[in-house]
Amino acid sequence: MKLWNSRSSLNGSDFVFRLLSAVCALLVIALIVAVFLQLAESSMLAFRQFGFSFLLSQKWNPVTGNFGAASSIYGTLITTLIAMLIAVPLSLVIALFLAELTHPVVSKVVGTCIELLAAIPSIIYGMWGLFVFAPFMSVYIQPWLQAAFPYLPIFKGPKMGIGVLSAGIILAIMILPFITCVIRDVFKMVPAVVKESGYGMGSTTWEVTHKITVRYGLTSIVGACFLGLGRALGETMAVTFVIGNSHRITPSLFNAGSSIASTLANEFAEAADPLHLSSLIALGFVLFIVTFVVQVAARLWLRQMQKSFGGGL
Amino acid sequence: MKKVLGTIAMVSMMTAGLGIISQPACAKEDLSKVNVNGAGASFPYPLYSKWAYKFNELTGMKLNYQSIGSGGGIAQIKAKTVDFGASDAPLKHEDLEQNGLIQFPMIMGGVVPVVNFQAAGLKEAGSLKLSNELLADIFLGKVAMWNDEKIKSLNPSIDLPALEITVVHRSDGSGTTWIFTNFLMKVSEEWKEKVGTGSAVSWPVGIGSKGNEGVANYVKRVDGSIGYVEYAYAVQNKLTYVTLKNQAGNYVNPSIESFQAAAANADWENSPGYYVVLTDQPGENSWPITGASFIIVHKEQANKELVQAMLTFFDWCYRNGQTMATELDYVPIPSNVVEMVEKTWSENIVVGGKSVWPKK
Repeated sequence: MKLWNSRSSLNGSDFVFRLLSAVCALLVIALIVAVFLQLAESSMLAFRQFGFSFLLSQKWNPVTGNFGAASSIYGTLITTLIAMLIAVPLSLVIALFLAELTHPVVSKVVGTCIELLAAIPSIIYGMWGLFVFAPFMSVYIQPWLQAAFPYLPIFKGPKMGIGVLSAGIILAIMILPFITCVIRDVFKMVPAVVKESGYGMGSTTWEVTHKITVRYGLTSIVGACFLGLGRALGETMAVTFVIGNSHRITPSLFNAGSSIASTLANEFAEAADPLHLSSLIALGFVLFIVTFVVQVAARLWLRQMQKSFGGGL
Repeated sequence: MKKVLGTIAMVSMMTAGLGIISQPACAKEDLSKVNVNGAGASFPYPLYSKWAYKFNELTGMKLNYQSIGSGGGIAQIKAKTVDFGASDAPLKHEDLEQNGLIQFPMIMGGVVPVVNFQAAGLKEAGSLKLSNELLADIFLGKVAMWNDEKIKSLNPSIDLPALEITVVHRSDGSGTTWIFTNFLMKVSEEWKEKVGTGSAVSWPVGIGSKGNEGVANYVKRVDGSIGYVEYAYAVQNKLTYVTLKNQAGNYVNPSIESFQAAAANADWENSPGYYVVLTDQPGENSWPITGASFIIVHKEQANKELVQAMLTFFDWCYRNGQTMATELDYVPIPSNVVEMVEKTWSENIVVGGKSVWPKK
């Protein structure tokens, strides 16, 4: 494998420039490898102590030095799932509205607002979630959910406004702008000719949208979703404020839980015991692997999809 | 070796010659060239920064204190990346010896259980009495309703509602949690067995919230909740605190006086390395959940000018910083303990084998 396309005649400055850019690019790989090695090395103590059961155990007891990652992993996955379930359909609809259905001026204004949402620091979302959204949840949304679905175990439990569900909803609001912006740009890149041929055939707006526009940009849309997914998996401060931070797995989404990132944010500063520290780093290692696997799987899936569906973007 | 000692002596003579050292401790002197770095506990951070600001106005000394948490502070001082570390939980004597460190209490505070019964209309602070065992049972999840017979029998005058108890605890590792769980461990065998003491523990029940302000906020909002916060937060947020029974059998209210009573009655003299945990102390008026925050420094110091400036600062805090401390709802260290601490300095802190305190 060659680092760059070689051309027979390279003059001096060109060579230096290429070398420099190659070094910079390789630095990224070196960083990833270094982070991986560092995490692996520092988490060795925990993995040696607990073995594979570290991933399966729900226990998290800093006093007795008994640590398991299951509750944090579960919390991370479930909040991300809730966030994706809410954010993806919503983003699609917003993006469609902005790209297809509204006046360009409105699109510009709303689009700018959404981009501004993306620029809000996560700590602000966390504070807002704790002081504004959680009371709103406990007074309006949670009683309504319990009344509407009285038999569902996921809506049982105390109506405190904080917990896994609230964290998921806050996450959804946070990743929404990312996904929306990318999808809107994708829709705008669908050639007018293609859409107009659809309309020319007598299709309705809905038919053009879901058979042509969405289909054409499908791979990029899925890519945008994975961008949001990556962010949701690792989000720390906002989740820490509203998730309730308990190391238990319960069926109810109203109960408190914890995610990998929130556990790290909570306990890292005061972890003096080497095993506690190592277990926290091991949690970080797990998150690293999960994110990595998700990204690789996403790439593979996208390639697969591109083959079977085609699509222009 | 002789040559090295000679050099050190010469250096110290030179610094003495610069007129930095020859003045009494409390007078204004010029320490503007000195930069002291500290890191650790977040509980005393507001006070340390206020002290540092005032001391800087007087002497020009710059103090940079990073509130990164007690665990972080201990790690940093062991690694010698800072000049002093600060921790809410004292280090064990052996741990200090191993690392060539000494610690001393700098400031105290109290931890206060706070409750919220909007439904029962119970607003007046201190009107709810709890025994120590009962408090432990509530945090263990064994007593789950406010109208439990055990609570009722202690509080016959209050019409307690049939309301679920929601326990609120800290989610982040914290010295406050350490003090609180240490108290519960001392008063409840079951707590000792099942949970234990730590800056983060495996809570049997309840929801976790980040920081004192987070716990205060949850308790304020959730009807029927009980949590624990530092005294200052209970006062500032006007939370309904609980009256607790102390070792002498009296029900006491949390106050600067009852915290100080706990500190005065503690046996500092016979505790190597000042390893005193002020929970569940004897005394008629002692508040049972009191704690001290500690400063940790190395015994062997390299820079005489710096260590003397640092000790001058601590000395000034002990003697002149008391009003500032009480203004912020902290509890100053009693003067008999201060004398003991300064004696420890003169016996232990050395530069090149020579004591640096008191300054001559």
